[in-house]
Amino acid sequence: MIQFANLYNAIDATTKTNEKLSALINYFGSASHADAAWATFFLAGYKLRQLVPTKLLRLWAAEEANIPSWLFEESYHSVGDLAETLTLIVPPGESADDLSLADWVEERLMPLRAMNEAQQRQAVVTLWKQTPTPMRLVIMKLITGAFRVGVSKSIVTRAIAEHAGIDSDVVSHRLMGNWKPTGKFFEGLISKEIQDTLASQPYPFCLAHPIELERGPESLGDATDFAAEWKWDGIRGQVIRRAEQVFIWSRGEDLMENRWPEIESAAQLLPNGTVLDGEILGSRDADQVLPFSQLQKRIGRKIASKKLLKEVPVVFQAFDLLQDAGEDIRSLPFRERRKRLEALLATIEHPHLQGTKLIDGGSWDSWAKTRDLSREKNAEGLMIKRWDASYEVGRVRGVWWKWKVSPFTIDAVLIYAQKGHGKRSGVYTDYTFALWDGESLVPFAKAYSGLDDSEINLVDRFVRQNTRESFGPVRSVAPALVMELAFEGIQRSTRHKSGIATRFPRIVRWRHDKKPEDANTLADLMEMLPP
Amino acid sequence: MEQILQSTPNGMYCAAGDFYVDPRLPVARAVVTHAHSDHARWGCESYLAAKPGENLLRLRMSSDARFEFLPYGDAITVGGVRVSFHPAGHILGSAQVRLEVRGHVVLVTGDYKLGLDPTCDAWEPVTCHSMITESTFGLPIYRWQPQEMVFESINEWWRRCREEGKCCLLYGYAVGKSQRLLAGLDPTIGKIYCHGAVEKGIGAYRRSGIALPETTYVGSISGKHDWRGAMVVAVPSVHGTAWTKRFGRTSTAMASGWMAVRGARRRRSVDRGFVLSDHVDWPSLLTAIDACNPETVWVTHGYSAAVARYLTENGREARVLDGRGRIEGDEDAADAQESTLEGEVQP
Repeated sequence: MIQFANLYNAIDATTKTNEKLSALINYFGSASHADAAWATFFLAGYKLRQLVPTKLLRLWAAEEANIPSWLFEESYHSVGDLAETLTLIVPPGESADDLSLADWVEERLMPLRAMNEAQQRQAVVTLWKQTPTPMRLVIMKLITGAFRVGVSKSIVTRAIAEHAGIDSDVVSHRLMGNWKPTGKFFEGLISKEIQDTLASQPYPFCLAHPIELERGPESLGDATDFAAEWKWDGIRGQVIRRAEQVFIWSRGEDLMENRWPEIESAAQLLPNGTVLDGEILGSRDADQVLPFSQLQKRIGRKIASKKLLKEVPVVFQAFDLLQDAGEDIRSLPFRERRKRLEALLATIEHPHLQGTKLIDGGSWDSWAKTRDLSREKNAEGLMIKRWDASYEVGRVRGVWWKWKVSPFTIDAVLIYAQKGHGKRSGVYTDYTFALWDGESLVPFAKAYSGLDDSEINLVDRFVRQNTRESFGPVRSVAPALVMELAFEGIQRSTRHKSGIATRFPRIVRWRHDKKPEDANTLADLMEMLPP
Repeated sequence: MEQILQSTPNGMYCAAGDFYVDPRLPVARAVVTHAHSDHARWGCESYLAAKPGENLLRLRMSSDARFEFLPYGDAITVGGVRVSFHPAGHILGSAQVRLEVRGHVVLVTGDYKLGLDPTCDAWEPVTCHSMITESTFGLPIYRWQPQEMVFESINEWWRRCREEGKCCLLYGYAVGKSQRLLAGLDPTIGKIYCHGAVEKGIGAYRRSGIALPETTYVGSISGKHDWRGAMVVAVPSVHGTAWTKRFGRTSTAMASGWMAVRGARRRRSVDRGFVLSDHVDWPSLLTAIDACNPETVWVTHGYSAAVARYLTENGREARVLDGRGRIEGDEDAADAQESTLEGEVQP
């Protein structure tokens, strides 16, 4: 465990990708396969199912530190991270013998879940007594499920590939889907032999880069080298038809079982050895895509009711073909894949499984005109794809581009602030903004990002000096700062005081030139609502 | 307490003696706890402070001012007030100010710590009726390790950097923290260099008879120089500036109590954070209050509300003196100015 805690600290101590990479490679080179498998599991962002309710952890930590629970909460707001607060607040322990990471997880952490409360308490307190601060932090992060450290799955993938001396796309593919972190799995992961893929295993997704709105698409080159289609606002997914079974994966690598019965039954029609990439959309008939808010009703449900199935039917709009008749065709150019996709979909006819329609035009000007219609189509803009490009792993530049419509913007007044988390812990970075409704300011959106560090420090100082009231961690401040907010979508909502919900609100710029009375009104926002 | 000290916009005022303790603005007569600029305000007409801090205070305040210094424990009477200074353990010459009027004793702690520090006298408890205590790190998340352990990791970091051919850049406040760091460094590992603002502080420490390892002023090195394996002690404000370019490949570290929290460390974007503070942590704050055993505790400078509430719930009368929180960087704001004056931070 010390070895893994050292790895965590080494990664945490640097912002340089190369140093992180070499720390990871060192670790994979010296750890046992069982440890390496668990390390991969956690570093790639997977977590254990909740082991102990966090409410109890807070309670026991306060008892061990001999402090009241309000002081624990006060400390938590200052630290901004639960695992770290638990680690710091309980007096440090002495390290006992050093179990391996795999032994810690399998013998000391996972059994916690099956224990009753008294046994859990005893086990956790013992664990605290046996861990000095750096090791305890890592363990508490594993227990609370908030194990985040500054590496992406792709860096971990690269490190494993370099350690194993194999191609990182191979490792990336082997890391897709569901797997168990065992020594045997890790051996397969680093094996130089070609392996059979599991029937359920998805391919790594190809991701798009945004076209900068100021520069426009002309910088990409000749429009005839590209295809264009709508960028729908749905759920990206991969539909797999292998061994007489159907698997539907989300981009977050969730296997979505029984969620989309319409699509599952449609996919039965596909021949075995087929993998489609596409978008799950709410859609009543072929040409009308429902807004994301409608689709959202089905996201939260494990099993959709008959009524909901009728109210929000879904369709899988396939835009790419990755496996065709059992053959991995990702290295073929898009033109060829698209041809095969169209040929394949022509053989089956099903209202819930369709191919996307390419948008004619072939010039940036005509596509720009089409793009202007995005909002009424419930689309986010256009996708621009190179005809001659293969299907890449991850966000590779120059292959796929997303050309979104300009966001809505509005000037609003900052009225509440709360301290942030992680890197921004202890600093007021989470703001609530309001618009005028007559004489009063009505809160309508929260925004967390968009300012740079020096601006955040200025706002932080402002909040500390201009607090009117504190409600727990939230402070209400004098309405003085005006900021321009951007957001992607807007809809009516009964859950919001303003009657409006905005999608992805963020700060565009601090309007130093505006006084609070110059900010926009709620009526201005209402005008942006779709008819 | 109110009969002896009043909280005013200029700071804490003692009407009976017509002086301020650690004034916030320039005043005629200042009694100061220590030489940090958020306590010893520049521009006062006269200063009364503890004798061991004389060199530091003269270094930092205008030479036009009048100065008077008292050894720890000695008392003088100002108006009807008996004033004496007692070691605070914060930095060289730091003191708690004891004020006594007709048998009633008020203690102003200034900044203080209980842990070991070879560069200043150790904190001593002072029995009092009212205690005005700082609370910079007054939350139970702050628990300091003994300084030997911190220095062990600092020296270990230095050794590793030397092996990797890097230059160590260690940041601490110009006065106090830097000199404490120097006293804990192992000079057998390599050569130690200092930023100008730190070097000035070192001079005052040496003149006061504090033993520190040999140091070289960075500004005295001209032309190409091999900085590999060297230790450079500098003020935090130089981090990321052109001044640091000359050192080639570096590993950077900040030494401060704030480094206990990962978020604060990451915001600094230094490679390492060493938790080394000159303030009381949570357990020693409680120990100190019990040792001084006041009837009333007044809490200031930091997590005042939380500390006052905790004390009250545990049966000790406690109030918030002022609600102004203290944030990271308050103390070294002055350092930034100083290093600019020094002319060392150049584009």
